[in-house]
Amino acid sequence: MAATTEFVPPRSGRIDAKYNRVPGRKGNFEMLAWLFMRISGVFLVVLIFGHLITNLLVGDGINGLDFGFVAGKWADPFWQFWDLAMLWLAMLHGTNGVRTIINDYADKDRTRFWLKGILYFATIVIITLGTLVIFTFDPCIPGSPLEICK
Amino acid sequence: MSTEVSEPASKVDLAPGASGSGEIPQFDITLRVRRYDPEVSEEAYWEDFELTMYGTDRVLDALHKVKWEIDGSLSFRRSCAHGVCGSDAMRINGRNRLACKTLLKDLDTAKPITVEAIKGLPVEKDLIVDMEPFFQSYREIMPFLVAKGHEPSAERYQSPEDRERYDDTTKCILCAACTSSCPVFWTDGQYFGPAAIVNAHRFIFDSRDDAGDMRLEILNDKEGVWRCRTTFNCSEACPRGIQVTKAIAEVKQAVLTRSI
Ligand code: HEM
Ligand code: SF4
Ligand code: FES
Repeated sequence: MAATTEFVPPRSGRIDAKYNRVPGRKGNFEMLAWLFMRISGVFLVVLIFGHLITNLLVGDGINGLDFGFVAGKWADPFWQFWDLAMLWLAMLHGTNGVRTIINDYADKDRTRFWLKGILYFATIVIITLGTLVIFTFDPCIPGSPLEICK
Repeated sequence: MSTEVSEPASKVDLAPGASGSGEIPQFDITLRVRRYDPEVSEEAYWEDFELTMYGTDRVLDALHKVKWEIDGSLSFRRSCAHGVCGSDAMRINGRNRLACKTLLKDLDTAKPITVEAIKGLPVEKDLIVDMEPFFQSYREIMPFLVAKGHEPSAERYQSPEDRERYDDTTKCILCAACTSSCPVFWTDGQYFGPAAIVNAHRFIFDSRDDAGDMRLEILNDKEGVWRCRTTFNCSEACPRGIQVTKAIAEVKQAVLTRSI
């Protein structure tokens, strides 16, 4: 039913203005954000535990974890994609989570505005840098002892 | 309550020692009330009252004793005194409850019993808050039957199964214990709040009602159901035992299935 946007809520007119809701943007943003938290959560369980198991438990376990190990993983498109998905989902999930926390705890619109500004800026920087590193990673730093760099 | 005459002997045979108000255990309590009177001072403060109460007394009786015998300026709302009208929700020992349904003996009487106004709504005096923001949200979800088509000449038939669907949420007495226990509501008072959603639920899932979609649209607002963080404070606070968080989850589900 589309006609509902016309609904004007009854108001007694004698209450503190802070309780009056300004009719917000219509649309499903908050619903989709809520849904995204649950769906990304399911994927993150697989991605994060897969990540922890391959990095920390399989093979030499934590002792085998070094520059060469990471270089080896990122030579494989499968792990590139895995880490990319983990980066994007965790960042968007975490950012939306912190956005909710800001909404829940900051009580002034100005405070909210600045906190969210800083949050979104940090998210964009981290996602951009992370994506860049995953795709442009070059294991052959000067003096690299790795086999493939010789 | 000042004259404690013992009740006339019951016609029913009771085991010895089980009757007569004189045998109800008595105890001393400290009632610590959050006082506020804007005509005197902008500052709220705690005031202690030492009272001797009976094992059958409720927090409301203690408040009455203060108001009627010690300090007539103490202000609070109550009407039915039996958990029906929803006037006397207050924060007792840090939890929202009805003063008329909270027995003193169930609280820790060794420590002072704190009584404050419910949080998140403007305090007017002592334990009285302005309920208007609460009722405004309630009115916005259209808490009345909206039925399309012709007015039937007989009852609007509903099967017992269909009635059962929203039975829980019909029990609400609009006491505001839930909404004023919700940390999201405390922040800025913008959230519709659990009580509005409970009462929307009552009509959304009523088979005779035709405005469910409209209510779902209203609660799909950025201050609507999606602000719920499933803290369960509301379910714990509800004096009617309504599973408030569950009702909110069902409304979320309904908004979701309607949109996709
Ligand atoms: C391991 C898999 C994960 C699952 C299953 C998961 C699930 C969830 C869900 C369902 C919510 C929404 C809670 C609500 O709406 O009340 C949430 C919130 C949140 N998540 Fe995750 N998450 C996971 C990993 C992560 C990671 C890796 C981060 C950090 C980057 C993160 C940061 C957050 C934050 C900050 C919130 C907001 C907290 C709140 O709403 O109380 N989560 N998570
Ligand atoms: S749902 Fe329960 S706590 Fe909330 S207003 Fe109704 S009766 Fe009171
Ligand atoms: S006085 Fe009516 S509910 Fe407590």
